[in-house]
Amino acid sequence: MSSAYHDEGFWRKYVFSTDHKWIGIQYAVTALFFLLIGFCLILVMRWQLAYPGEAVPIIGKLLSEEGMLTPDLYNSFGAMHGTIMIFLGVVPLAVGGFGNYVLPLQIGAPDMAFPKINMASYWSFFVGGVVMLASFFMPQGAASSGWTMYPPLSVIQTTGETMWLIGMVFLITSSLLGAINFITTVIQLRTKGMTWMRLPFFVWTQFITSFLLLLAFPPLESAAILQLMDRLAGTSFFLPSGLYVGGEVLNVSGGGSPLLWQHLFWFLAHPEVYVLILPAMGIVAEIITNNTRKPLWGYRSMVYSLIFLGFMSFIVWAHHMFLTGMGTTMAAFFQTTTMIISIPSVIILSAMFISLWGGSIRFSVPMLFALAFLPMFGIGGLTGLPLGLASADIHLHDTYYVIGHFHYIVAPGTLLALFAGIYYWFPKVTGRKMNDSLGRIHFFGTFIGMNGVFMPMFIQGLAGVSRRLYDGGTTYLHAQPVLQWNEFMTISAILLGLFQIPFIVNFFMSIKRGKKVSSNPWEATTLEWAAAPSPPIRHGNFSSVPEVYHSPYEYNVPVNGTVEEFVPQNKVLEVE
Amino acid sequence: MERAEDVKKHIKVYLWVFAGLVIGTIVTVAVSNLQAGVALGIFIAMVIATFKGSLVAGFFMHLRTEKKLIYFVLGITALLLLVLMFITFFTIGDQVGVQIVPESAGHSVH
Amino acid sequence: MEIPYTVDAHPETGLHNSKIGIWLFLASEVMLFGGLFSAYILLRTGSLPGVWPLGSDILSVPIGTFNTLVLIISSVTMVMSWASLKMNDFSKYKLYMGTTILLGSLFLVIKIFYEYIPKFSHHHFPSTDTFYAIYFTLTGLHGLHVLGGILVNLYFWGPGSKLWKTEPERFSNRIEVAGLYWHFVDLVWIFLFPTLYLL
Ligand code: HEM
Ligand SMILES: [Cu+2]
Repeated sequence: MSSAYHDEGFWRKYVFSTDHKWIGIQYAVTALFFLLIGFCLILVMRWQLAYPGEAVPIIGKLLSEEGMLTPDLYNSFGAMHGTIMIFLGVVPLAVGGFGNYVLPLQIGAPDMAFPKINMASYWSFFVGGVVMLASFFMPQGAASSGWTMYPPLSVIQTTGETMWLIGMVFLITSSLLGAINFITTVIQLRTKGMTWMRLPFFVWTQFITSFLLLLAFPPLESAAILQLMDRLAGTSFFLPSGLYVGGEVLNVSGGGSPLLWQHLFWFLAHPEVYVLILPAMGIVAEIITNNTRKPLWGYRSMVYSLIFLGFMSFIVWAHHMFLTGMGTTMAAFFQTTTMIISIPSVIILSAMFISLWGGSIRFSVPMLFALAFLPMFGIGGLTGLPLGLASADIHLHDTYYVIGHFHYIVAPGTLLALFAGIYYWFPKVTGRKMNDSLGRIHFFGTFIGMNGVFMPMFIQGLAGVSRRLYDGGTTYLHAQPVLQWNEFMTISAILLGLFQIPFIVNFFMSIKRGKKVSSNPWEATTLEWAAAPSPPIRHGNFSSVPEVYHSPYEYNVPVNGTVEEFVPQNKVLEVE
Repeated sequence: MERAEDVKKHIKVYLWVFAGLVIGTIVTVAVSNLQAGVALGIFIAMVIATFKGSLVAGFFMHLRTEKKLIYFVLGITALLLLVLMFITFFTIGDQVGVQIVPESAGHSVH
Repeated sequence: MEIPYTVDAHPETGLHNSKIGIWLFLASEVMLFGGLFSAYILLRTGSLPGVWPLGSDILSVPIGTFNTLVLIISSVTMVMSWASLKMNDFSKYKLYMGTTILLGSLFLVIKIFYEYIPKFSHHHFPSTDTFYAIYFTLTGLHGLHVLGGILVNLYFWGPGSKLWKTEPERFSNRIEVAGLYWHFVDLVWIFLFPTLYLL
């Protein structure tokens, strides 16, 4: 088995690897790096919001002569923060990293169905990331019209929108290749006995996520192509006739529609928020059932909810566009679908809450993060309901309330789940455990820091403070009563940043020095734990093809008159 | 798996399909010369295009005898395609108020 | 460990991996062109009365018709090349595949030299108006797809065809997959042609 891979050089093994485990690691490390960048961008912005016009400490000289963040840079940083966090941070970590590493192991497959395409997916992502980063160093700077790239602004803007669009095309290609691979793998490569209803919930979330990526991304790709044409070939797909710029009518043919972009953009971007959250739910479900030592409550209804949710996520997109002059008929339609889609999310969240009930919970580090995910996601979801109701959204749209809402989903929500996943699967990847005390410090600091940053955004938003404001609202009368929160949020963000240091230290230290563990340190039931600790790259996944006999979460189940602590999916039980 | 004898039968079918496609092309062009009016013209052209498209998909791409899984994938895709096209269309059609069209708009075609 | 079902069909789905892979890819392509068609419909229905020109007044219907026939024939030769492999006739395969490649190239040559370049020399550019913008973008993107198909076919006609000697089953699977892509590109054109040239 191993001899076939013997003559592999360094490049084939570690750079252009086709092994899903190594690609997963490549994805995860790159994505963590981008998350850090995205965070640093927002730290600088938060400084400006709390202390408008004051020089930014330490790195100020890099930004401008006076050391402060200029308005143009503020716009660039904001657009790139959103872009980097979503497309280069969370999705690549959740899908590219965890999905690639864990999914084939969990279904007992030797690798992904198309290893070479998997490699192409990573490198396409990498190029997309480089293009995005490079735009900061181009003479015209990085894109600055928001992560949504709304025309006409994005077309007439002279900053790096073109680079953004080109980078996006690479990122979309990467996601499409990955999605094709994931779907084929789950359909074809499940090992013997791994029926659909025996799939770990994590695999289900990745499967549905892949469908979202596959079918929602292409319309954005077409929109990106059209916008590239607008910028490079002078077309007017998104430019209406008679557009005034700087007091003069823009010299283009006109006849385009800015709303068209918004539709194609949100046709992707709403499913995209489920791409951000579903894998996180999958991670949390795995960790919760493992640490309550109980089967996942309502596994089936969770799976059905997930499928329904995946489908519904395609018909709610225009709830982001209530304020574009939409008539009442369509507003009512999208408002209804939005209310309906909250049902499956609530079912999944409730099932995970109920799973806790009566369990003897092990408060391990991954479990702390997973537990914190539940209320955080709950807050994010509940605050989303008013945004889905057209009449309430008229007041809340484009305020800090929206920023608070979706960050509760993606930051204290998804990010906590991703940290949970890192602590949980670290022993599988490296064969060593991460340090517990540092993990706890990281957890409490992150949890408190996150809430300190995002909770006050609701207060500011309800008072009407707009998002994307360079001065954080200083010049607005209605913002005065809530202005003092800006400093509080910025200090929280700085603390949040400081509390990532124990994580970074822990991460790198544990790779070499962490406590060595057996192949199944958490006493879990799913198949990835049947593989060797730190399964070697390019040597297949299992010593022999595993066969599955049980549903995924057989914890404390009665077997032959006694209660088994846990029954791995591939364990043969003697029946008396 | 297809066997050689089956494939021989296929080939005859392919040639019939080819004939169908050529005729379809000629008919579309001929009909468009009649200038049947915009709505009717679009309708006829799309009916013929759909007919030709189904020939290609059904015979050359073997969709007529494909496995369930493929039908399933294409079914979802078709549904979402309709969602994308029609809901977008309805939404843009359902606008509050009057769109303000500047005077220069009509003359913008050079 | 070998990856299962690269060549033979999975007992449950009845399909080998790349067949599923290509259909998923084509599904995403349907959505890609779907997005562009939506753009076309919206821009056209949203245009002011009398502004949108009739395609046949601007584009050459004879050339478009001819190119449509070229692509249709290439689809036939493509499916014949696969059928030849199934009947174990490798030299026929080479012939049909070679013809497919030539027809694909002919399509592009006509497109570029008899349509694009004359348009450019008459100062008709994508920026001229929305009709030209749509026309150049859609046919350009379609042309890129044709180009991609030609490159893939060229590979399977030349160096890639060595596989036939060692793993004939696998090779004809690959030709089937390449064929599915090629037919799809043809299919897109079948819709593009009346939309742009006739309506
Ligand atoms: C963890 C620390 C994070 C902090 C402190 C943070 C903070 C902020 C703030 C203050 C804004 C508003 C900027 C403005 O309107 O001027 C913002 C915008 C945004 N953030 Fe974050 N964020 C974090 C993480 C994330 C993550 C994980 C994601 C996505 C997965 C994300 C996605 C976005 C997006 C899409 C925007 C909107 C950008 C735009 O206006 O175009 N953020 N963030
Ligand atoms: Cu949404």
